[in-house]
Amino acid sequence: MAWEIVIGLEIHVQLATKSKLFSGAKVAFGAEPNTQTTLVDLGMPGALPVFNEQALRMAVTFGTAIDADIGKHSVFARKNYFYPDSPKGYQTSQMDHPIVGIGHLDIQLEDGSTKRIGVTRAHLEEDAGKSLHDDFDGMTGIDLNRSSTPLLEIVSEPDMRSAKEAVAYMRKMHAIVTTIGISDGNMAEGSMRCDANVSVRPKGQEKLGTRAELKNINSFRFIERAINVEVERQIDILEDGGTIAQETRLYDADKNETRPMRSKEEANDYRYFPCPDLLPINIDEAYIDAIRNALPELPDQRSARFVSQLSLSEYDAGVLSASRALADYFEAVVAVCNDAKLGANWVTGELAKFLNQNNMEINAAPVSAEQLGQLISRIKDDTINTKGAKTVFEALWDQTGTVDGIIADKGLKQVSDMGAIEAMVDDVIAASPKQVQQYLDAEVEKRGKMLGFFMGQVMKASKGAANPGQVNGLLKNKLDALC
Amino acid sequence: MALENADIENIAVLARLQVPATETSDYANSISSILALVDQMQQVDTEGVEPLSNPHDATQRLRPDEVTCDNQRDAFMAIAPATEEGLYLVPKVID
Repeated sequence: MAWEIVIGLEIHVQLATKSKLFSGAKVAFGAEPNTQTTLVDLGMPGALPVFNEQALRMAVTFGTAIDADIGKHSVFARKNYFYPDSPKGYQTSQMDHPIVGIGHLDIQLEDGSTKRIGVTRAHLEEDAGKSLHDDFDGMTGIDLNRSSTPLLEIVSEPDMRSAKEAVAYMRKMHAIVTTIGISDGNMAEGSMRCDANVSVRPKGQEKLGTRAELKNINSFRFIERAINVEVERQIDILEDGGTIAQETRLYDADKNETRPMRSKEEANDYRYFPCPDLLPINIDEAYIDAIRNALPELPDQRSARFVSQLSLSEYDAGVLSASRALADYFEAVVAVCNDAKLGANWVTGELAKFLNQNNMEINAAPVSAEQLGQLISRIKDDTINTKGAKTVFEALWDQTGTVDGIIADKGLKQVSDMGAIEAMVDDVIAASPKQVQQYLDAEVEKRGKMLGFFMGQVMKASKGAANPGQVNGLLKNKLDALC
Repeated sequence: MALENADIENIAVLARLQVPATETSDYANSISSILALVDQMQQVDTEGVEPLSNPHDATQRLRPDEVTCDNQRDAFMAIAPATEEGLYLVPKVID
């Protein structure tokens, strides 16, 4: 039977505020445990929350960026459950009146087409603390630094039909939140994580299958793997005549499998009610318009501009606009070297390769955009060739000097002196009578390929410093003159 | 809407309340009578009336995004029953 996969995502984005959602405690990753808490975050009786205006602004900014309805009247609700990392006994969240209503997001599919994914809602809520299950004399340690950190939970419609579409949606969401600056988007530190609702149904059937919810997936790679492995599991069960249980499952990356969560999640009865400690939030059209008008250029717009203004391919433009930091870096490179095509090649090529190898984000790149721009300028003005440029790039990565300094130190300056190159070409031709004869005996259309041998010899003689374009031209002229 | 004993037991678990078995029926009866009152109130025609999320005729005050509290861990920990390495200790949570 042919199966259709149905996926909806709930993405939690940690908002990049300085202080917490409901208190003046600092929000920073990796601090000493329990040093960033107040009476409010600890759930002390009588301590009252006060709502952070910046979190509201960020949520509205997100809403305008996905063209969503903004809730002019939104309400905080209590989601009640008991767990030691939530000392209040409830999470302050939103239920009936979220700050962001129905919106949408366009993703690019592999065949180049665009698909619109519906966003059901996005609401503000607070994060919980962290439980550390190391052994503390048979007790559990609690760190409440993360308690009351502002989160925006973005809920999609079940519009995705493959794991790849889910990844594309997550990536686009990442590009948007980092572009509008509401989150650092750092998935390794949990600034962005997602739950995936996955179900399958026979192709053509309208009714949705029973779904499983995969919890807390924190990398793009894991989303794809977790969904694929869960889909396989469900299809296996259904094809064996079984039924899918509606349950919450965890993805185990090491074993590449999903498994049901413990029964603590069983009683999913959160008894939501409006939070009596927080009054309704009313915002007006002017507030929303001011935010809408201040929106920066969004990833799709930037990508379109890269194509129309800089003549990049759709593919390169998409890759480079996928995060604000990357797009900013690329534009800074182009501002120096004035060559978008070369700039795109280097940023998506050599730079991306080094970043990947070192598992590094663009912000941490040891080669600045200005340096890369200068390096490309030196290729363009024929000071160095591409091979030399890669050597310089490596040295820049190791932070061993400036572009021109490294070129001088390593003797990479390209030899463009015609006389010197001509002498080397002559030497190579004189030293290779056998290859010259083969060249002369070859059919004209095959000779181009045979130049490679001579090119290699001359480049070797020049220690890679000869200008390949000039060598090529000279060789061809001289060899063809022998015919 | 009348509640069964099983509903009371479930609510008690969710609220982490210990309800003696001998009192379950009493709770079922009294909470059912509260719900009967709610049912009665629901007869009122509220067509066109906005639900009220807070009885105060006011809206939420907003706070500028500033860090206003320093680290007071030592003071908070001084009143906690058990702490270690900067963590609050609680009875083991089995995960």
